[in-house]
Amino acid sequence: MDFLNAFVALSNYVLIPGIAYGSQLALGALGVTLVYGILRFSNFAHGDTMAFGAMVTVLVTWWLQSLGVSLGPLPTALLALPIGIIGCILMLLATDRAVYHFYREKKAKPVILVIVSMGVMFIMNGIVRLIIGPDDQRFLDGERFLISARDFKEMTGLAEGLAIKSTQVITLITAIIVVALLFWFLNRTRAGKSMRAYSDNEDLALLSGVNPERVVMLTWVIVATLATVAGVLYGLDKSFKPFTYFQLLLPIFAAAIVGGLGSPLGAITGGFVIAFSEVTITYAWKKVLGYMMPDSLAPDGLVQLLSTDYKFAVSFAILLIVLLFKPTGLFKGQSV
Amino acid sequence: MKKIMMATAAAALMAGTAHAEDVKLGILIGFTGPLESLSPDMAAGANLAITQINESGNFLDGQTVSSVQGDTGCIDASLAVSSAERLITSDGVKGIIGGMCSGETGAVLQNAAIPNGVVMVSPSATSPALSTVEDNGLFFRTSPSDARQGQVMADILNDRGIKEVAVSYTNNDYGKGLADSFEAAFTDSGGTVTMNASHEDGKADYSAEVGALASAGGEVLVVAGYIDQGGAGIINGALDSGAFDTFMFPDGMVSETLESNFATLTEGSFGQHPSASGDGPVKFQEMGKAAGFDATGAFSPESYDAAALILLAMQASGSTDPAVYKDKIMDVANAPGEEIMPGDLGRALQILKDGGEVDYVGASAVEFVGGGESAGNYREIEMKDGKMVTVGYR
Repeated sequence: MDFLNAFVALSNYVLIPGIAYGSQLALGALGVTLVYGILRFSNFAHGDTMAFGAMVTVLVTWWLQSLGVSLGPLPTALLALPIGIIGCILMLLATDRAVYHFYREKKAKPVILVIVSMGVMFIMNGIVRLIIGPDDQRFLDGERFLISARDFKEMTGLAEGLAIKSTQVITLITAIIVVALLFWFLNRTRAGKSMRAYSDNEDLALLSGVNPERVVMLTWVIVATLATVAGVLYGLDKSFKPFTYFQLLLPIFAAAIVGGLGSPLGAITGGFVIAFSEVTITYAWKKVLGYMMPDSLAPDGLVQLLSTDYKFAVSFAILLIVLLFKPTGLFKGQSV
Repeated sequence: MKKIMMATAAAALMAGTAHAEDVKLGILIGFTGPLESLSPDMAAGANLAITQINESGNFLDGQTVSSVQGDTGCIDASLAVSSAERLITSDGVKGIIGGMCSGETGAVLQNAAIPNGVVMVSPSATSPALSTVEDNGLFFRTSPSDARQGQVMADILNDRGIKEVAVSYTNNDYGKGLADSFEAAFTDSGGTVTMNASHEDGKADYSAEVGALASAGGEVLVVAGYIDQGGAGIINGALDSGAFDTFMFPDGMVSETLESNFATLTEGSFGQHPSASGDGPVKFQEMGKAAGFDATGAFSPESYDAAALILLAMQASGSTDPAVYKDKIMDVANAPGEEIMPGDLGRALQILKDGGEVDYVGASAVEFVGGGESAGNYREIEMKDGKMVTVGYR
């Protein structure tokens, strides 16, 4: 029995990747949940909004790299991130003016807005591919590892290695900062409070003098910021490819719904629930159990519940279970 | 008016007679699709053989050969079959150089080549399933079956004293065929495959796949994928998490991209890809340079050989009828006879005309085994000091 090796193996393949992936999903789900809570529709274009923001950041990063600008051990993309956010904000505000505004004036039903957002999704998808192409793009520079597996083994003398990528740490820190700022904004500032009031009861908010157009604009600004940060972090940690953001839509929606649509705290919890379910259910536990159990009980098989091909099926299954048994999600959001 | 009509009719007749002496071959490969970057060099290789035959003037009493191209899309069986139908019925080709990818080749063989009785020589389809397919003696390939590559991989591992490996393969006909034939060969020779799992191409994140492979364990990770696709993702994931340091690269991975991106990171890793040793490839490369295409491109030599074999078999049998010359392909490909290197096609035609025998070696060291597929020569490579070096041929 060797609990230390078991814990290191578990951290290396489950805990650390799970936390990074969970943070990325949580940021994405926050955007979805805000749109649902305040604008009252499921925004299918969110995945491609992330791709658009990340694309602007990638382009600016390349430009900075060509000028020789760098942040030393940190990725240059962090410097380009604010410009990416501004690009994404402009894009979303333009979309709102051109598309959503029209349907809001007509007081269109949420289901119509969902279909409209699907159209926006296809157009954004096309724009991103047209500009940057459908292929994988590399834009990560700087130090790749905080601790590499080989160094860790040499340092500790353990049989198992532990790798911590710098992008995983950056993901976690950035996510914490962004979430803290968001909660401060929603709970402490006048604008944030007006957004919450508008979300809770539109009519009462209007009566107390909340300007609806301003709330809508603020929402898009925040959503664009969250989407760009999530998209860039995902691209840094994994790789930037427009199509993968489209695929991310499912786990992001699953996270938002599991947590309870409209509840920011729920979105964050949901993100981690989905991420850890995906990782733990498709992980082969042979190694960890081999360390934990006495030799006579050590498993021969892989102890893998589902093949990794079924990763997205896990999100689907959780989504179905939640919708069937607790449609409002863990944190009492609006029911779908 | 009448005169014009007469003139056109006469012209048409003359064109018709000119056609009668012209033998057509179809080049049926994936000019579009996932391997489209390989196809121009393959077509150029096949056309080079045809040009050399024409220049010699010895072919079947001075007849000339021309080629017609058809697109398969590589993964589009219905497009491949309709292109083949067009080549056979409307262009009247006497033999087909193709198909390119394994799945589409099987479809063309069953639905177009066999019903119409046309010979197919594929330069690049490597699925083991094509070895056992019922082909009426019409199907040949100048590339080896992946069953052979699986055996070669098992030999390489055994020679290096490696007993336990994990396998990750790309989820398609190529990856699955290769992974299965490798597992069978390696297990038979006493090795253990701890895990034989697929990966999907085109994903951003392979940490889950790598986690499972790491848990299964093994001294080496065999990556039977594509270097421009999921294969690179798997290697990145394995290196990042420290799951594996040493890899084995089959033919889909060995390329300049592999060397430039991973050579230093995967020091001591090794692999193999189909490639002949000796004078044939060198000579073919020179000819390719002179003709203005990249003769080192994958399957370009095999395409040259496919075209040459069909035409030499026609010469040997004195007929362009597939039903007649199909039996001669094995004869011209193998001993006995005079060895024929690339560029010697004119001489080979002369020998056959005089009633002699040839043993076609060509650009890819052709040696047919079984039902008419290349025995397969592989170049074994290894990563040494940040460079990909050749350590031997098998």
